[in-house]
Amino acid sequence: MAATEAIIRVSGLVTRFGPQVIHDGLDLEVRPGEVLGIVGGSGTGKSVLLRMIVGLLRPAGGRIEVFGKELSRLPDAERRAVERRWGMLFQDGALFSSLTVAENVEAPLREHTRLSPRLMDELAGLKIALAGLPHNACGKYPSELSGGMRKRAGLARALALDPEIVFLDEPTAGLDPIGAAAFDSLILELSRTLGLTVVMVTHDLDSLYAICDRVAVLADRKVMAIAPVRELERHPHAWIQSYFHGPRARAAQATSGET
Amino acid sequence: MPVREGRCNAMSVSADTEYWTIDAAGAAILPRGRWTIAEAGRIDAALARLSVRGSGIRRIALDRLERVDTAGAWMICKLARRCDLDVATSVECPDPGKLNLILRVEAAHAEPADMPVPGNPVLRVLERLGKATVDSLERAGSIIGFLGQTVAIGASVLVRPRRMRLTSMVHHMEQAGLNALPIVGLIAFLIGIVLAFQGASQLERFGAQIFVVNLIGISILREIGILLTAIVVAGRSGSAFAAQLGAMKINEEIDALRTLGLDPMVVLVLPRVLALTLMMPVLAFFADMAGLVGGGLMAWVALGVSPEVYVDRLSTAVSINALMVGLVKAPVFGALIALIGCYEGLQTGGSSDSLGRQTTMAVVEGIFIVIVADAAFSIFFNVVGI
Repeated sequence: MAATEAIIRVSGLVTRFGPQVIHDGLDLEVRPGEVLGIVGGSGTGKSVLLRMIVGLLRPAGGRIEVFGKELSRLPDAERRAVERRWGMLFQDGALFSSLTVAENVEAPLREHTRLSPRLMDELAGLKIALAGLPHNACGKYPSELSGGMRKRAGLARALALDPEIVFLDEPTAGLDPIGAAAFDSLILELSRTLGLTVVMVTHDLDSLYAICDRVAVLADRKVMAIAPVRELERHPHAWIQSYFHGPRARAAQATSGET
Repeated sequence: MPVREGRCNAMSVSADTEYWTIDAAGAAILPRGRWTIAEAGRIDAALARLSVRGSGIRRIALDRLERVDTAGAWMICKLARRCDLDVATSVECPDPGKLNLILRVEAAHAEPADMPVPGNPVLRVLERLGKATVDSLERAGSIIGFLGQTVAIGASVLVRPRRMRLTSMVHHMEQAGLNALPIVGLIAFLIGIVLAFQGASQLERFGAQIFVVNLIGISILREIGILLTAIVVAGRSGSAFAAQLGAMKINEEIDALRTLGLDPMVVLVLPRVLALTLMMPVLAFFADMAGLVGGGLMAWVALGVSPEVYVDRLSTAVSINALMVGLVKAPVFGALIALIGCYEGLQTGGSSDSLGRQTTMAVVEGIFIVIVADAAFSIFFNVVGI
């Protein structure tokens, strides 16, 4: 595994918002095909890191390479070509509110592929069903959906182009436990069968134990540790200790030990 | 590898294509290459040409499939359907991951997404017309209801004045009133200039240039000053009220207020309506004065009417009634604009799309209702004889 080329490589990342320094010399490598969880306390810049990687925010320093290319230096056309190789699920779905769910999922298809309308409808219906939404959700507008359903619709849109990397910002937050577990298993299955690389910011300990190959801990403006979750439990850092040995963590460990 | 097209022989199978081959015995179809979203369009077209009826294909073997994603997996499922095969029993794949994906896709049982079917165009136009008529009637009814609600709340606050949000009201008086003075004044001043110039060039033909002062005085004080102010305020503050309340609605802030036992009508609507009702006469008076100054300036420059003569003419030509007739309308217009703005803001649904629509609506309806009210005032003053 160590020999494989990293699909995402962040080195020496510096992020500043005014006087506030969020990341200072942060390094992170994501391997192809892995499910990487990113955890950290509030305000440690987890979501910001995702936004940096996909190019929504510009770093104050450091390099970010995705697929071996440094995005900020690419010409527009190449940049767009890279952008269609990933999908992102935002915290609240970020669906286009003037489009129905099906039209939301079709939006990237329409933009980046040449498919017949019928095939596009079929694929959109498939993605929506795969994301666990009932079929009658296709024609609904985002404002008519619950938070969990919006999240699923957002995932369906992120998966529309069958990307190589998916970025998930708190994918299971706000879902009921059954829905969250189904979401986890869906992500894991897609990752395994499609060779999908998944980078997820999450606070869901169950997700960490159930599907993450490795977990990166953000603390002190850096990636404090990155390792499989079982190894992380033994890390001496105080925050990591309290994170993995709090009452909630013990419950998650117990359940994942049974399976 | 061309596909044999146009043959309906029941026992024939289309030949190999770029995307699949058929084994020598004719019992298995072997997809090959990359079955991914990038190829999905072409695979789908090839599938549409495939004719397999009664061909004896029993299996779909995926040994030669290089790569498959969910779109490709769906194509495999479609291939199976075309061959009248069951995915679960007939697809063979050495890679359990791929097979699993295909089974999952089959289980998701993709149907085409529900798309609205366009009906008869004539009926559609009629349907839209009917809907729009009923909608606008309902809307009119509900605006009147909202007006009643505001008046009732206003009365209840009168009884218990401590419920009034004074800070909020003063804030909106500043935002919607004081801060609007420059733009309202400038526009009225410019219109005064235009009016004087146009009036003078017409009256010149009768040698009655001096009557331009009457024209400016009456038209600005009675109608133009207040109407201009109302239009500017509707565009400036009516839209702002709608956008503020709409954003709060989307953010669930309105619901939060209700759960905290606060009435949004008291906290949000009443201060805005009162603020605009109180500030509108001030704005209108300022606009009147700016318009008169603009007209006077133009009369002086273009017609040589000196300021002393202008003021003198004005005081004989225009009674105080003209000013009062204009100003009496101001609070009514202010209240109407604020009411419509708040009403439309509160009608916002959950989406940003709807927020934009409601804001536009607030401006359009605000201006419309002001002009309707102005017409009603004109009729009233005419009947009363002012």
